[in-house]
Amino acid sequence: MSMNRRDFLKTAAAGGGMLLASQAMPVNAAMSKELPPEAVGMLYDATLCIGCKSCMVNCKSHNSMPKGALSSGTEAVAPPYEYSTPEKIWDDPHDLSAKTLNIIKVVKNGTAVNKDEAENGYSFVKQHCMHCITPACVSACPVAALKKDPKNGVVYYEENRCIGCRYCQLACPFRIPKYEFGKASPQVRKCQLCNHRYAEGKYSACCEFCPTGASIFGKVLDLRKEAQKRLTLKPGDQYDFPVQTVASKNTSRRTVSKYISHVYGMKEAGGTQYLLLAGLPFEMLGFDKNIKDEALPDLTWAYISKIPAVIATVLIGGAATWAVTRGRNKDKGE
Amino acid sequence: MNHKDIKMMTPMTLGLLLVMAAGGVVALYRLVFGLGAATNLSDIWPWGFWIGFDVLGGVAMAAGGFIIAGAVYLLNWKKYKPIVRAAVLNAFFGYVLAATSIFLDIGQSFRIWHPMVMWQINSIMFIVAIHVVLYTTTLAAESSPMIFERLKMSGAYRFISAIMIPIVLFGVLLSTLHQSSLGAVYLIIPSKLSPLWYSSKLPYLFLVSAVMMGLSMVSFETILSARVFKHKPPVDILTGMARGSLIVAVLYFVLKVWDLLSGPGIGAAFTGSFTANMYLLEMAIGVILPLVLLSVKDFRTRLTSIFAINILVITGILLNRLNVGIFGLAEYAGRFGVDYFPSLMEIILTAAMIAFAFVGFKFSVKYLNVFPETEH
Repeated sequence: MSMNRRDFLKTAAAGGGMLLASQAMPVNAAMSKELPPEAVGMLYDATLCIGCKSCMVNCKSHNSMPKGALSSGTEAVAPPYEYSTPEKIWDDPHDLSAKTLNIIKVVKNGTAVNKDEAENGYSFVKQHCMHCITPACVSACPVAALKKDPKNGVVYYEENRCIGCRYCQLACPFRIPKYEFGKASPQVRKCQLCNHRYAEGKYSACCEFCPTGASIFGKVLDLRKEAQKRLTLKPGDQYDFPVQTVASKNTSRRTVSKYISHVYGMKEAGGTQYLLLAGLPFEMLGFDKNIKDEALPDLTWAYISKIPAVIATVLIGGAATWAVTRGRNKDKGE
Repeated sequence: MNHKDIKMMTPMTLGLLLVMAAGGVVALYRLVFGLGAATNLSDIWPWGFWIGFDVLGGVAMAAGGFIIAGAVYLLNWKKYKPIVRAAVLNAFFGYVLAATSIFLDIGQSFRIWHPMVMWQINSIMFIVAIHVVLYTTTLAAESSPMIFERLKMSGAYRFISAIMIPIVLFGVLLSTLHQSSLGAVYLIIPSKLSPLWYSSKLPYLFLVSAVMMGLSMVSFETILSARVFKHKPPVDILTGMARGSLIVAVLYFVLKVWDLLSGPGIGAAFTGSFTANMYLLEMAIGVILPLVLLSVKDFRTRLTSIFAINILVITGILLNRLNVGIFGLAEYAGRFGVDYFPSLMEIILTAAMIAFAFVGFKFSVKYLNVFPETEH
């Protein structure tokens, strides 16, 4: 039915040349929806997290190193600590910011005595860039300052391109890109999965310094397998949880907790390279329930892909209108 | 006719110049001390009044330029020729102001040229940026005959007049894309923008409402100019535009109602929440009231009622842009406990932009032949 209507429209438009023009200008630049071949990412298992915040401390110090996500170019910077008390004793951010690219939060419900249970329970949750497979921020950026590495899939930022329009902030459903509003020459700041450390054979600092294996780094395909395997484990059984990386020989034997039977990031927003497991529903952990499984750039591409046809239609239609009406009596109204 | 007798230094103009000077101070302050110091923007509210009002509103207000130019040069509706220069000039001011606001709104103002050389065709913002530049240039070209005439550069005047048809056609194309792409900017935030405004039809809604706004803006300024500059208002033209507005108002009404029914449903508009009330206000002022009034022949043929309808449409569609750009995001931002109200500096800058448009237009009318007499 819809094909018939389309064929009809095409035939009808052929005279106007719309078909001709839209085929002459094939714009096949829509963003990939496939996981990059060497995609790396992270699995966070909230049931293993003890809330020690070692990941936060090390995120801040390692990303303040040259080429880190908090530094400026090749210069190291002082770690941008955030204090909420006048004594300025320790770094205690309450949310992600341009100074804090990774945060551990605690979510409580009722009496908050049962770890990783919804009822009268609590859970930790680790927030940072999800490294979407089809990132809204990358599609939104007018100057390609935000890019997705075609090999490892890391969503990273080139500060010399950015004009500071902040469309990335609007576009990101996870509220990840943060802006240095306080600076006269501001930058966007976000987790770049410690891609400045890969050259030395290292990986994300938050995973390297996680003592329990709550955050592990690795190939996304391996992480997906590991996450799905954990969902098949029986609560109460013992399991050797890998520490630091998914392929690590270093493991920690722990009792399996009861999981919500869902790996967050498999499909959300078209899939992400950061995956999460938890004992509480993800909505309670601060994940917006309105985030659907669709890749958001599809929504704007639906508009952009029509532009060649609009150009052809308006130019041809406008010129034809002029040609037809030019002979009219000058004084005639319409 | 020229208006060489216009007095520039009236108390009104002096007041506007004062506002412009304050705006200049704010602009400088913003460039030196940054966005945080000058605005109330935050990570939850990355865009505020300058985008919602100056850019979304300003560009919509400029739509009259392509509509009247298209009517005169492409449809050959010569009746509207006496107002084409004013409409194009008005659009040019609208775009210059939107571009100035964008310059100050982006964090790295002096990289404003980056999109021109760093193409990223997946980005609606790139599409928008290209169109701002191309269409502002086109509007300058469309306005240039007035300047060449004044400077007695007859060669340049003849050249630009000879290629005016393709220039206007290009302008109509750019405007169609630019007006709709400003709506398309919001297609990527289905989880943030209230369903009362979020819709896959946003580009169409922006385009149709911009046409409505453009007609009302031109009509408004034609009546106002006639009063201020003391010439006879062209009644025939004004009633013609009012009839055009009626047709567009019907289309816009159908689109808006269809959008509500196929989206969140009629109940969503009557929940009594702040967001729902803003929607109702916009619908009343910008859609329903103008449609009802325009459909009465007596109202669309009398200058006083046309003027009142123009004000309703302009206010209503500005409200629509503020709803999409700001109020429609309030419920989402509220979940994180962050509010937004423009800072005094944000408001002063916008006021200065409006003042600049008024003074610039008056200046142009004094020195250029903005209102040529009808040809017959």
